[in-house]
Amino acid sequence: MSLTHLETLEAESIYIMREVVATADNPVMLYSIGKDSAVMLHLAMKTFYPNKLPFPLMHIDTTWKFKEMISFRDKIVSKYGLNLIVHINEEGVKMGVGPYSHGSSVHTDIMKTQALKQALDKHAFDVAFGGARRDEEKSRAKERIFSFRTEKHQWDPKNQRPELWNIFNTKKHKGESIRVFPLSNWTELDIWQYIYKENIPIVPLYLSKQRPVVDRDGVLILVDDDRIPLKKGETPMMKEVRFRTLGCYPLTGAVESSAKTLTDIIQEMLSAKTSEREGRIIDFDHSASMEKKKQGGYF
Amino acid sequence: MSNDVEKYLMEQENKQLLRFITCGSVDDGKSTLIGRLLYESQLIFDDQLAELHATSKKFGTQGDDLDFALLVDGLAAEMEQGITIDVAYRFFSTDKRKFIVADTPGHEQYTRNMATGASTADLALLLIDARTGLLPQTFRHSYIVDMLGVKNICLIINKMDLVEYSQEIFEKIKNDYLEFSNGLNIENIIAIPVSALKGDNIIKASEYTKWYDGESLLQYLENIPLINEKPNKNFILPVQWVNRLSHDFRGFCGQVADGGISEGDPITIVPSNKKSKIKNILVSDKKSSFCSKGQSVTLELEDEIDISRGDIIFTEDSSCEVADQFQGKLLWMDDNRMVPGRPYTFKFGVSESNGSVSKLRHRININTFATEAASSLELNEIGIVNIALDKKIPMAPYTESKALGSFIVIDKISNNTVGMGLVNFALFRSDNIHWHKMDINKASRSNAKNQKPIVIWFTGISASGKSTIANILEKKLYSIGKHTMVLDGDNIRHGLNKDLGFTDVDRVENIRRIANVSKLMLEAGLITIVSFIAPFKAERRLARDLMGEEFLEVFIDVPLEVAEARDPKGLYKKARSGNLKNFTGIDSPYEIPDNPDIHINSDKISADVAADMIIKKLTQIKVI
Repeated sequence: MSLTHLETLEAESIYIMREVVATADNPVMLYSIGKDSAVMLHLAMKTFYPNKLPFPLMHIDTTWKFKEMISFRDKIVSKYGLNLIVHINEEGVKMGVGPYSHGSSVHTDIMKTQALKQALDKHAFDVAFGGARRDEEKSRAKERIFSFRTEKHQWDPKNQRPELWNIFNTKKHKGESIRVFPLSNWTELDIWQYIYKENIPIVPLYLSKQRPVVDRDGVLILVDDDRIPLKKGETPMMKEVRFRTLGCYPLTGAVESSAKTLTDIIQEMLSAKTSEREGRIIDFDHSASMEKKKQGGYF
Repeated sequence: MSNDVEKYLMEQENKQLLRFITCGSVDDGKSTLIGRLLYESQLIFDDQLAELHATSKKFGTQGDDLDFALLVDGLAAEMEQGITIDVAYRFFSTDKRKFIVADTPGHEQYTRNMATGASTADLALLLIDARTGLLPQTFRHSYIVDMLGVKNICLIINKMDLVEYSQEIFEKIKNDYLEFSNGLNIENIIAIPVSALKGDNIIKASEYTKWYDGESLLQYLENIPLINEKPNKNFILPVQWVNRLSHDFRGFCGQVADGGISEGDPITIVPSNKKSKIKNILVSDKKSSFCSKGQSVTLELEDEIDISRGDIIFTEDSSCEVADQFQGKLLWMDDNRMVPGRPYTFKFGVSESNGSVSKLRHRININTFATEAASSLELNEIGIVNIALDKKIPMAPYTESKALGSFIVIDKISNNTVGMGLVNFALFRSDNIHWHKMDINKASRSNAKNQKPIVIWFTGISASGKSTIANILEKKLYSIGKHTMVLDGDNIRHGLNKDLGFTDVDRVENIRRIANVSKLMLEAGLITIVSFIAPFKAERRLARDLMGEEFLEVFIDVPLEVAEARDPKGLYKKARSGNLKNFTGIDSPYEIPDNPDIHINSDKISADVAADMIIKKLTQIKVI
């Protein structure tokens, strides 16, 4: 009896998580609230069933996330009785850093990348789970499942440890850390199929509905609160939109869609002409930009 | 519409996963082939295509055409150099299967990355440039694919467009390869004439190769039966982690390596040999009456037995070898070569042990498959080795069980993965050598001498003052009635180690012997002063591990210029003039100790003061 591809992927992810718990001193799961995090959390709960997760979740809150993401996060945490750490870069808040005042790359660096490093150092986490997938982006496709970071959280793409069979080298020196990606071999379609099959709760922003948006250089941005600068006389348009990926609301483009259910989403995906990261403004810089950010410590 | 999607999802759920690699020599077009497969199966999105147009203009090697290789070569250095450095994983699916492709580098220097991709592959696409035919890298990659137990090879005879789609050329390359592969164990080999650049025989039969009546590449990938390893009725579960996060639950977790098991079945634990029965099975988090190969499970047993990570749960009738000595194949993956005797960590699935290569039997020339004598293994070399572990580990020949027969080698200092290995068979030599238990032991011997034994391990370059300080230290200890012994480099090399020279390999063996002699001196209850250059961290660590607490590392530190000016034996002069090879500090490295117990700057203090520093430390730690 051979396993289906989703069963194979599920077994592999569970194996990876157990390997971390068996060898790490102080692991943490990065929880970004999106669909990949939802699947990763669901798998983690299966992995340690009937017991609770033996590590905390951590959300790096840039203070510019969609309101619906935050309320969904809090609902999930209380529903499953999870231990959640929320970390905000308070220095960044004091300096008033935001995507409008400082631009997307400064904002992402200070409120996300630097914040993540602060939080990992503060709690002395030696292993951090992330929900990244290899099919998302070219430099991710090259990354190991157990991806080693120096004391300064840097990634050296040219010097990665060979990863053989399912034997993972989890050794590191004091101060060094490992980022572990249990969903490495999942594709976007696998994620949706699994959400559908397992009935995993997701943020409603993935489903289409009438929402107020403004057009910024051809990208539809949701008017999530009054921090978004409106042009003189501009009023938000009501459009039937949804999001394929979730990040900071001013940096995440909505797509016009009538997909109101999971099956609609999958239907839409099967005929999609653009990749999910297209809506991510931070990826637009140039072709190796993700690799650069990752070398600096971005997830 | 929604019903269609549900139907589609049902079909999707029953798809199987096929993992394959592309390999072959540089410029055979591996990345182009994958780019083409993704493009043809409509998995390139518009924004990716737009980026491809832009990067093709900037880096592309195909003139005005799209350079599909740039879709997979994702690292900045790869795009700039136009080569593949590391394995990239790519995904696509058709109506029949989901595929994970590992695109592996062709350059010889990145062979280890190719092996990384091959270790998890069900099938290999081996590319051959129709213009050049078989190349050394074709043999090398075939050998590795075969060694790792991949049973299906598909020869992609590529760039057929550049040889006018010649059947003659195709047949010749195919026959050359079949002749070569007689020496391998690969079960199924087929060949397809292809142009990855133009798309011939990728998705459907090409008009230009009417003489070819076989499947297109995609048809082949969709239809090839997935060969599982020989179905095994024996159940094997390496225990990965014990779930006892709550008091009333003890579950043994892991991924089933082979066979299947049902509720109520009797099991045996290796190595304790304890027996019990399966009480409950959880597949992921769902209760199930049965579990089988590949599933991540949690098992509860009828009896309370002590089981920990690394133990193995077996069905009662199966057997497994538990050994600390075995013969295997080793592929070396590090720039620092493998030297027999040097300590490494060996990780087998979920269990690990310290150990070393006790014997390098021979190296394999993977271009000719000939065996060659060797004293060490360099990067990307393969050898047949005996390995001695510090503890017994359950294992099986790789050909019988990938899960129990594969291991990685980890460097104890850098923590890097430096090698990959396969078990050939277990050796039982250590069972025949019984450690003689004596009635008089180390404690009684040292009590008789009214002292605590210790090994004082000097390290430092030639002419740093080791022997001088050792001599004074011994006199001081002797004067207070202590029983001592000095092991000095020059003396030992005249006798015990006179067969050894000064190459890295011999230096490692030199120190291994000295460390073991010191250990015997320690057992004899002596305060032993070891005065050798001992240039490598790894061997000093071996000595420390062997001695345990009863070990002091003393770094006799002096700038090279000072030692060279001293040069009491005229050795530096000889080395500088080229008359003495492999001299530490000149053409052979000295690795400075990170955390010596005592650090002596012998150019700043006298040998007498240095000896007193050591006496003081010995007093502090209550040796004297």
